[in-house]
This record gives sequence, C-alpha cells and structure tokens, in this order.
Amino acid sequence: MYRWLLCFRYLRTRYIALASIVSVTLGVATLIIVNSVMAGFAAEMHERLHGLASDILIECHASGGLPDPTAKLKEIETVLGDRLVGSSVSVHVPGMLGIEFNGQLITRHVNLVGIDAETYDSVSQFGRFLLHPENKSKVSFDLRDAGYAPLRQWFPEAGWAYRRQKVAYDRALEEERQRVETTLRRARGESLPQHDSSSGPSLSLDFSSNLLANDGSPGPKKFDESIDQFPGIVLGISTCSSRLRDDAGAVRDHYYCRPGDDVRMMFPNASDNTKVVNQKFTVIDLYESGMSEYDSTFAFCRLDQLQEFRGMINPSTNTRSVTTIQLKLAEGADLNIARDDLRRRYPPDRYALNIQTWRDMQGPLLAAVRLETTILNILLFLIIAVAGFGILATFFMIVVEKTRDIGTLKALGASSTGIMSIFLSYGVLLGIVGSGVGLIGGLVFIRYINSIATLIENVTGQEVFDPTVYYFSSIPTIVDPWTISWVVAGSIAIAIAASVLPSLRAARMHPVSALRFE
Amino acid sequence: MSKLNIKMPHSQPILQARNVVKSYHKDRTEIPVLRGVNLEVFAGELTSLVGRSGSGKSTLMHLMATLDQPDQGEIHFGGQRIDNAPGRQRDLYRNQSIGVIFQFYHLLPELTALENVLAPSMIAKSTWAYFRTRKETRRQAEAMLDRVGLLHRATHKPNEMSGGEMQRAAIARALMTSPALLLADEPTGNLDAETGLEILKLLRGLNADDGLTIVMITHDDSIAAGADRTWRMHRGQVLDDRAKHVA
Repeated sequence: MYRWLLCFRYLRTRYIALASIVSVTLGVATLIIVNSVMAGFAAEMHERLHGLASDILIECHASGGLPDPTAKLKEIETVLGDRLVGSSVSVHVPGMLGIEFNGQLITRHVNLVGIDAETYDSVSQFGRFLLHPENKSKVSFDLRDAGYAPLRQWFPEAGWAYRRQKVAYDRALEEERQRVETTLRRARGESLPQHDSSSGPSLSLDFSSNLLANDGSPGPKKFDESIDQFPGIVLGISTCSSRLRDDAGAVRDHYYCRPGDDVRMMFPNASDNTKVVNQKFTVIDLYESGMSEYDSTFAFCRLDQLQEFRGMINPSTNTRSVTTIQLKLAEGADLNIARDDLRRRYPPDRYALNIQTWRDMQGPLLAAVRLETTILNILLFLIIAVAGFGILATFFMIVVEKTRDIGTLKALGASSTGIMSIFLSYGVLLGIVGSGVGLIGGLVFIRYINSIATLIENVTGQEVFDPTVYYFSSIPTIVDPWTISWVVAGSIAIAIAASVLPSLRAARMHPVSALRFE
Repeated sequence: MSKLNIKMPHSQPILQARNVVKSYHKDRTEIPVLRGVNLEVFAGELTSLVGRSGSGKSTLMHLMATLDQPDQGEIHFGGQRIDNAPGRQRDLYRNQSIGVIFQFYHLLPELTALENVLAPSMIAKSTWAYFRTRKETRRQAEAMLDRVGLLHRATHKPNEMSGGEMQRAAIARALMTSPALLLADEPTGNLDAETGLEILKLLRGLNADDGLTIVMITHDDSIAAGADRTWRMHRGQVLDDRAKHVA
C-alpha cells in the first residue's frame, strides 16, 4: 500500500521526473501519428492499386494474343474451382495518342486497353473512376449530353452540347475562311477549288464508315460531327490535362481535350507483319483513379472495336483473341496459392503467359512503403529508448535524494523488495502517464491533422501536402488499435526497464548508511 | 512468523546483547566500534544508554533494531535470537515488535503527519488488507496522534511542523503497531531544552502509564538521570555491567 501512496506522491511532487518522460510522450505521439498516416497512405494506395488491377492478371506476351479465351477460361475455372468468382478478358496494346490542341498535335504514349465494360467492372473498379455520374454506375462508350464532373470546380463544358457548339464554331470559321479565300481568288482571277465542308480544319475522314459507333443505317452514310461520334475512348486524366497552380496559388487543371473532342490513336495491328493502325476516337469520358501512373498512361476503348481494328478476329471460326485475362477470386482466397496453381497448369517454359497477382505487379512499391514504415518505427523506438536513459539518470538522482527515506522505510520494517517495488511502480506510473499523454496527444493530432496541416501552411507559407503531387484532397489516416497497443506497451516496457537499475540500487542500500546520509 | 510481542513480567530481560562485537572498515583499516558488549533491557523499564559521541551507543542501537548485524555475539529479543534471523523475520520484527525514533525524526517529507503515522500499518498490510481495514487503522492513527498531542497537525506535512511536533509525530508512528519496545536514538538531541523536556515527559508518561519498555540513547547525563536503569558506554564497551536498578 505504502508503495502506491509514495509513488503517487513522488509523481505529484517530482516535476523533474515528469520532464524526463516528455521524450517518451513525444516519441509515443510521433510513433502513433507516423504509423497512422503511413497506414492511411498504404491503405489508400492498396485500395487504389487493387481497385485498378484485378486479383490475378494473366498476360499473353504474343502480339496476336490468346486465340481462344473462352476455352482458356473454362480450364482456369477447373483449376481454381470455387475460388473464381469473376473474370474478364481485355486487349492491352501500346499506342500513341495524338491530341489536336490550338492547331498543334500533342502526342502521348499510352496503354490502350480494350475492355468489356460489363465484365471489367466485376473484376476491378473502373466505372467509379470516371467523371460522369451515369458512367460511374453504368459505363457506356457513347458520348453523354452534358453533366460531366458535377463536383469538380472549373471543369469545362463537355459532352454533346459542347461538341455541337464546337462543330458549329469550326464550320462558321471554315465558311469564313472559304469566303475570304474565294474573295481573294476572285480578286486574283483564279478558279475555285471544291471543298468538303464537313471535315474540320485539320481532321480528315480517313476511316471506313462501318466503324462508326452510331452506324445504324445500312450502306455508307455521310459523317456529321455534330450528331455522330467516332468510337468512344476514355482517356486517363493526366494524358490530356496538366495540373498547375494559378497566380493566386489555387490548384487548376488545364485540359487539352475533354469529352466531346476527337483524338487520334496509333497502335500496331495483330498480324505477324505488323502495321500501324491509325484510328480516330471520340473522347467520351476521363478516368481519374488518383494513381498518377495509371492516370497518365491508360486509355480505354471497347474490346470488340479494338479487336476489329487490330485484326484479332479469326475469319474462319469467328473467335476473337485477347491479350489479357483478369480474374477475381472469392473473398479471403489466397492469391499466391491460386497464382501458383495457375502457374503449374501453364508452366512458363511452355506457355507465353505471365501470371501475376496485383501485389506482384506493385511489389516494389508496396515493399518500399513497408520498408519505410519499418525503418521509421525503428528510428522512433530508438528515440523512446534514448528517453529511457533520461529516465534512468533521473531515477538515480531521485534514489540518491530519497536515501534517508529509504533508510527510514527499512527501519519501519519495509522489505528490500518493497523498496524496490516503490521505484519500479514509479517507473510504471511514469511510463503510463508519459505514453498515456502521448497516446491522447497523438490521437488528437490525427483527428485534426488536416486542420493542423492548413495551419502550418498558413504560418510558414509552405504547402505540407501538395495536391498537385498526391491527388489526395486530405491526409489519409488509419488508427490501428493493435499498433497503438504495441507502441504504448513498448514505451511502458522501456520506462520499466530504465527504472530497474535505480530500483535495485535503492533495494540494496544499507539501512544504517542510508539513515546516516545527510 | 508471528509477532514477537511478548508481555514479559517485570525484571525479565526483553532484549539482550551478548558479547557483541562490531567494527567498521575504512579502506584496509579496521575500526572497532563495539568490543564485546553485554547488556540487558528489562520489560517495562525506561533504560538509558549514556556515552559520548563515538562510544558506540548508536551502533549498538542499530544492532538491537536489526538494521545492522554484529560481527560476533548475539542479540536476543523475548528469548529468541534475532540478529541472524532471515530478512523477512527481521523486517517483521522492526515493523511489529519494536518502534524506533531518531534524532532527526526521519519523517517522510511527502506524507502528512497522519500518513506518516499510518506508514507502519501500510507496510505491514497488503494493499487489499489495508483498504479493508483502513477506517479502523485511521482511527487508531488518530488516537496515536491524540496521545502525543498532535491531532491538530494531522494533515500537515513535516516541513510545516516544528521540531517538537515532528518528534511527536515520529513517536506516534513508532507506537502505531503497539510494539513491546521503543528504541529512541537521541530523541531530544535536535530540540531546544524546553521542547526536549516535553518530549522526555511524553516518553516517561508512555513508560509509566502504558508500561512501554523504552531504551533511550543519549549523551546527556541529565536526561539519563530519570531512567529506571542506566548503562554507560565508553570506547565500545559497557562500563558497568551490573548497572543499578535505580528506581
């Protein structure tokens, strides 16, 4: 009993000891904050990476792809059994994107992906990253009227309304240009050339009419840009926009093209004698996942159209080839085991197939984040360990200061273990108080982390969390009770460990010399 | 082990030192402090142990309180040898069978007078046992403070009390576990004459009214004069082995 009374009294009267545990408090708070933010980042990243990729991806190296995906899928089903809950096939092909902007051609390297919107959404998240609210729920490769990105500030007008307006403007411009030219030619006495008024200033119609998305009527039909669209394409938002700060410091996006504009894609066809396919598409939506790697390299179009463009349809059997099979496994299924099962069925020395889980694909990135977290944890625990030595030194001083009291307690019949337990309990109490305050401080910090970031920005003028870099509007945090328990338990253990030596010294003190101590 | 609180009949030695030898070591020099001391303390008596500084009386008291162990010889309490008893038994002996007061009071500065008086009970009992009996124990401690005339200072810390008050609190603390023997090491050594006399009067009262056996160590003959029996120490030896029963 006396040991608790004395501990609490020492705690209340020895402020120097409280000062020595400030470093424990700070260490615990920092550990909790760092772990929460790292966990938040990692979870956000996992979610995005996993959302973008399916559980298991089977890629075919050959440019012609897998000739009979339906048969392959049946075999995969027998290998995986109940674990398989969804699958989708797609065609991945490297391509070059050409965007007409202010009379200049902007080119980008992209991965063109032909997808079956229905099944693709079942293996990975696709629709939810599109800008149009209706596309989010059900993806369509037809241009929508309007209403893109309703929540986004400064998003330009897009869709059919914009397209009609643009076409009308272009036509008026063309008419005006022709009128000026005619006037000039007349003035010079030259004859007049024939013009096709339906083509834009630089975009010409050089594709077959049977590829038009809105082609309902039989026979060739005149293409009218104001009512017809090319095959639909979804561009990664960073392929056609740049994010900058304006003079006021606000983050603004600049779009080189938007839903309703036409773009050009160039990609290899599937024949052994490879030729480049040069195809126009109409942008029907933009794709923003928040992962810059994806947003800046991907473009999506309809699978059947891409198969036609690349010549991936066998004319005799009418089967269509694909390059990639995506699989979705049941909740809780071990991805690595499923992948190894598939690899056994399709050994890499006999099949030109690359079978990976989404974690394999992002392995280096995920490993880097894990390593970073581990190193930060080690460093911060070292800080708490340093704090432990502070406690050790302070405790030795307190034991020396309390020498006479230790003698008195022994004269009153206190045992050596009792004396030892006073100082050990004192260490426990200091550890609990130190890490408790750190715990509360850390949690409060996490709770208001975004306000704190804003405050720091206002005070220092330095942006803590740059949205042009991170694509997060706020700092993500996840408070994991297990991590917190470990951190708190670890720091209390360090505080106890630091108080063992001084406690032993107190316990071994000779009562007579302690009583004589002045 | 049960409490060694044996009610000895008068004229029976409650505490005996038999041929006790003790020396301290400074570097390699041996400094003899006690050179074969024989001494008896009789139950119910106020015994005084007189000697100049360095005569070894404090060392003898520490040995009697089992705060230190003799190099040779034995200490007996109530017929049992206690100097070589196991640690737990000696802790219990100090806690229950004897009470000790010091020249410099040795109150715990973080605790109030009442808590200081409660300390021996807290040491004796486990947290749970203490909590169960805390009301009773508290009443007892207040009664002790009242007995030494310090109840009005119960909630004061030592640094808010005078020397005499602190010594009263120390006496109350020593008596808290109703010991058979009180060892007082220069109890008036740090007090002015008048306050010293008050403390002496209190100790004599405890001896006369409650039959408490007291061993009082002092360098002052006038203080020793009122004792039932006086032992004189010089250079580590008791001068008069057959000290007179004065009273």
